[in-house]
Amino acid sequence: MSESTLAQPIEQALKSKAEDRVSVASNWQLVWWRFRKNRLAVLSALVLIGFYIVVLFPDFFSTQDHEFTDAKLAFIPAQGFHFFNGLTPSPWVPAVVGKRNLVTLRMEWNVDETKQVPVRFLTQGYKYKLFGLIESDLHLIGLADQKSEDRIYLLGTDRLGRDQWSRLMFGTRTSMTVGLIAVALSVILGVLLGGISGYFGGWADLIIQRFIELLQSLPTIPIWLAMTAALPRDWGPIEVFFAITVILAFIGWTTLGREVRGRFLSLREEDFVLAADLAGCSQLRIILRHMVPAFMSHIIATSTLAIPVMIINETSLSFLGLGIRPPAISWGVLLQEATNIQTLALAPWLLTPGIAVIVAVLAFNLVGDGLRDAADPYSR
Amino acid sequence: MLRFIAQRLLLLPVLLFLFSVVVFILVEAPPGDFLTSYMATLASGGSSIETEQLEALKQQFGLDQPIHIQYLRWMESLSKGDLGLSLEYQRPNIDLIGERLWLTIALALFAFFITWIIAIPAGIYSATHQNSLLDYVLTVLNYIGVATPNFLLALILMWVAYAQFNVSITGLFSSDYIQAPWSVARVIDLLQHIWLPAIVLGIGGTARLTRIMRANLLDELHKPYVVTARAKGLSEWKVVLKYPVRLAINPLVSTIGWYLPQLFSGSLIVATVMSLQNVGPLLLRALTQQDMYLAGSILLIYCFLTIIGTLISDVLLAIVDPRIRMEGA
Repeated sequence: MSESTLAQPIEQALKSKAEDRVSVASNWQLVWWRFRKNRLAVLSALVLIGFYIVVLFPDFFSTQDHEFTDAKLAFIPAQGFHFFNGLTPSPWVPAVVGKRNLVTLRMEWNVDETKQVPVRFLTQGYKYKLFGLIESDLHLIGLADQKSEDRIYLLGTDRLGRDQWSRLMFGTRTSMTVGLIAVALSVILGVLLGGISGYFGGWADLIIQRFIELLQSLPTIPIWLAMTAALPRDWGPIEVFFAITVILAFIGWTTLGREVRGRFLSLREEDFVLAADLAGCSQLRIILRHMVPAFMSHIIATSTLAIPVMIINETSLSFLGLGIRPPAISWGVLLQEATNIQTLALAPWLLTPGIAVIVAVLAFNLVGDGLRDAADPYSR
Repeated sequence: MLRFIAQRLLLLPVLLFLFSVVVFILVEAPPGDFLTSYMATLASGGSSIETEQLEALKQQFGLDQPIHIQYLRWMESLSKGDLGLSLEYQRPNIDLIGERLWLTIALALFAFFITWIIAIPAGIYSATHQNSLLDYVLTVLNYIGVATPNFLLALILMWVAYAQFNVSITGLFSSDYIQAPWSVARVIDLLQHIWLPAIVLGIGGTARLTRIMRANLLDELHKPYVVTARAKGLSEWKVVLKYPVRLAINPLVSTIGWYLPQLFSGSLIVATVMSLQNVGPLLLRALTQQDMYLAGSILLIYCFLTIIGTLISDVLLAIVDPRIRMEGA
């Protein structure tokens, strides 16, 4: 008798224990286990969580009041951030020095690496209201010496001397929420209309399907532009924000609507739906309690993949000047500052919101792909 | 086949009618009309316009009529092939749109061909050399390609060209040829300029099509007939290209249906950033100036191009894959 034959029953017992764990796990647990295996998707999910923390606390991450303007401070270059002073951990940023150009009479700013401005983490800065309620002056990064004249310009300033980094924090808040709300709206529309279409069939199905086809054959970008151009000029930033999300969702829901309809069509014939019907469940209960959970994971995967499309669309619209309008800030509004190539050559840091766009869209796509692969835990 | 195309063509006027209503509502929707914003511009410039002159302008464009009458008047002239006058430029819209329309179509088609020329070989390579270094590089490039908005890519290219090489890469023609009449030299000049915007426009689609091609081909390569072909001693080239590639391209043909229209409307953004002389910037200006008949005409043309794009894809799909026709009949 060798060792291997002795070990076999134990191995089998272990294996069956693992199988037991799988067979009693809920649907969501299975999805989570499969999603966890995709390291790239998990990493991207962490990146997205980081983005949404910025969305919640933009003031905390800002180093200056994002609305502060001073034309004298225009086009200050990005300072660069140093964690160590020599070998001791003591964060500092180099000072910026301005000199008036005697030919153009414009202020020209340069980073002076020899002059150190010490900074601290989690320190006091300008006052703001957290969620518009709680007064606070806590910031992630602030000057060590509160009274000093120096300022922190992590990403430089734009043509009006506004701090690019702080504006980027607020642009992140707008752009990331536009995508989220627009997709939430299109999920509601898509599940509702796609559900009616797939569950009831008949003439309702016919009308909704023709309507979806009509919407899908519209040229999206020109129609979006026409819709946003039709918004009244005197609307405030919040009204425009919601109008833009509604406009984005209005054309975006069709793909989801089709997918939901397909799922309803295939599930309608399943035994468990018949059983629920025979047990006397109301139609609403059958739909919400029995059918929707069966394809919820797919909806989540599809809508995660729809968010980056919305973000790109919002950014493009705002960039063209027909989306979110100044004084409101979004990534597209920030990139508008970079339209002029001569300006851009002078101040390349104005392109930094573009990096935020690419990272966010990339992360959403990777998480969406991971979710889609994990969404069907019983496949394979 | 002919019946199928005829059915589609019969649907065209119905769709165009529905779209014309949508478009008219959209261009009519902003409060005020062109004349109010025109007067505001004049007032800010210190001059004003006579009341009688204003009334005359109003009557000329029918702006004093109720909305449904305005729509019917617009439809009436459209059915005669007359796109109306531009309020801002005081010129027939058809003259304004004319050449720009062909440049829009040319740009979209160029982008389309560049996409296919890059995406298919890249997809084939990725699938046949799965998990190789170049496959990973292509995958990373694909993800970045999908994640970069068109206008951002255009901005970055323009900035690099300007800052590093001190050249401007905007426009579709060099300055000598912008106003010149069409000639062989002008076409050559166009060809020298159009490829860069076309690449910018097509990059997102190229990335997506490469991924689709790779996935499709991988599915095919694992099928038994490929093993058989290999066992019979066919060269590796022939094993891959003879059947699996042909089968993997079929689903790509169905992407034309959304890709071509997407290129038409996407060219608007690229054109605005790179200041190309196509209908995109014209539409943008017309929309902000409330030049409603010009905006309406361009929007309707976009709708028409979208429908045509879908039609072309349906027909191509029916030619490439006979099974589709069977289902339709």
